[in-house]
Amino acid sequence: MIDVINLYKRFGDSQVLKGLNLTIGTGVTQVIIGCSGCGKSVLLKHIIGILKPEIGQVIINGQDVTKLKGKALSALRMTFGMLFQGAALFDSLTVAENVGFNLIEHTDLDSQTIAKRIKEALSLVGLYNIEELMPSELSGGMRKRVGLARAIAMQPKIILYDEPTTGVDPIMADAVNELIIRLHDKLEITSIVVTHDMVSAYKVGSRIAMLYDGKIVEEGSPDQIKNTSNPIVKQFITGAANGPITKGENFNQSVPI
Amino acid sequence: MVLKSAFNKFMVKTKSLLRYMGGVVILFIEAVFWIFIPPFRKRQILDQMYKVGVSSLPIVFLTSLFTGMVLALQSANQMQRISAQMYIASLVALSMVRELGPVLTALVIAGRVGASITAELGTMKVTEQIDALETLATNPIKYLVVPRFLALIIMLPLLTIYADFVGMLGGYIVGVFKLHIGSNMYLNMTTSPLGIKDLYTGLLKSIIFAVIIAIISCYEGFRTSGGAEGVGRSTTLSVVTSFILIIAADCLFTALFYFIG
Repeated sequence: MIDVINLYKRFGDSQVLKGLNLTIGTGVTQVIIGCSGCGKSVLLKHIIGILKPEIGQVIINGQDVTKLKGKALSALRMTFGMLFQGAALFDSLTVAENVGFNLIEHTDLDSQTIAKRIKEALSLVGLYNIEELMPSELSGGMRKRVGLARAIAMQPKIILYDEPTTGVDPIMADAVNELIIRLHDKLEITSIVVTHDMVSAYKVGSRIAMLYDGKIVEEGSPDQIKNTSNPIVKQFITGAANGPITKGENFNQSVPI
Repeated sequence: MVLKSAFNKFMVKTKSLLRYMGGVVILFIEAVFWIFIPPFRKRQILDQMYKVGVSSLPIVFLTSLFTGMVLALQSANQMQRISAQMYIASLVALSMVRELGPVLTALVIAGRVGASITAELGTMKVTEQIDALETLATNPIKYLVVPRFLALIIMLPLLTIYADFVGMLGGYIVGVFKLHIGSNMYLNMTTSPLGIKDLYTGLLKSIIFAVIIAIISCYEGFRTSGGAEGVGRSTTLSVVTSFILIIAADCLFTALFYFIG
């Protein structure tokens, strides 16, 4: 179980998170939706302990991530996999070295076992015989899948997805969604998916939470979110230009005709 | 009002300067600390040593050779007036070993290697590769800074020795073939004034310059933000800061060695 309690984070003058609370049950695929730049990725980075909050706690299985340091933090991170928005593959390493990074760095496995594990991870995301390519030789969709293979190579308990469908074509986006569902069923893991793609959110999510103005404004099952009465959530999921989120910015008037 | 806002501006500037210095010092301490923590990444250190050292040989050769030649030519005129051409050899040797070898090599490496380190780490930062390293339970300082730091500390002194020799070779070419000083005479006048102290003060300086280049370029890389433009900005800042610090440190250490004799 992941418990995010009263999280506050500021960057310079802007207060991004303002007392955020969220509980994510084990084995759940929790989708977090919200506008661009509202702090969704920031929340993910707090959960895995890359960022430290000013106030608040992130409790994972009884451990406070915000207080962990050194070896304890590394040990916790080994139970995580994270897919970054741009995949964040290491350009100087081959696909195999990227996917097997943790296995090479943190385990004593022999090179044959590692090669086998790399192959398995790649086949789980539907990629074959690309081990020796460099990341610069891959397409956007392939990079995302290699990033995902790297995230699952250590057989994590929790996978964090930062906008998994952004920047890939609709067909590849659906393939990524299928992959998230398949990995969830196969590896029995907790997944946290940050996205602003509602198609993806409904498809993969067993719970959906909306982040707005530094807080979770609504949390529920996909059906509950679909039938919400909250005007903020309503505007977001229907993708309307005018509403409470965009109060004060009249899009129709900003274009002089 | 004007005074107050000027004072506030001054405080903000001072704060950011102190934060910068603090960050640099902390990065240095952490880099030194992580050197001694296994695993030791021999392959990466060797890779970096190749990038820093072997790949820099041509440019260091050219800069030092021309500097040696120019030194000999510039001093020739003055020396000929007092019929002391043979001292050109000593002048070239001493200036190369004590001053120009370490400083010129450091400046060339700050421009060539420091800039590329900042650009590489900066790109890694803005494409979230540094965050990815952390999520893979790998310390970015251990993985990225330590190999570059060690490579620079080992290779810059070696490059400096190389530059010293090439500079003297430049002087020799001008002295023997243009100014017609005897070859044996030139070599004698090159080696006789050189003491062991000249060599090791030069090398000590170059180790300090290596620390400056490594830490500043890594620090600037790590604090890069704002896409391609940000990478360009930190690369420029990294080279400019390294240049200033190298010259300042050179001045400080030359004065120090002068006073302790």
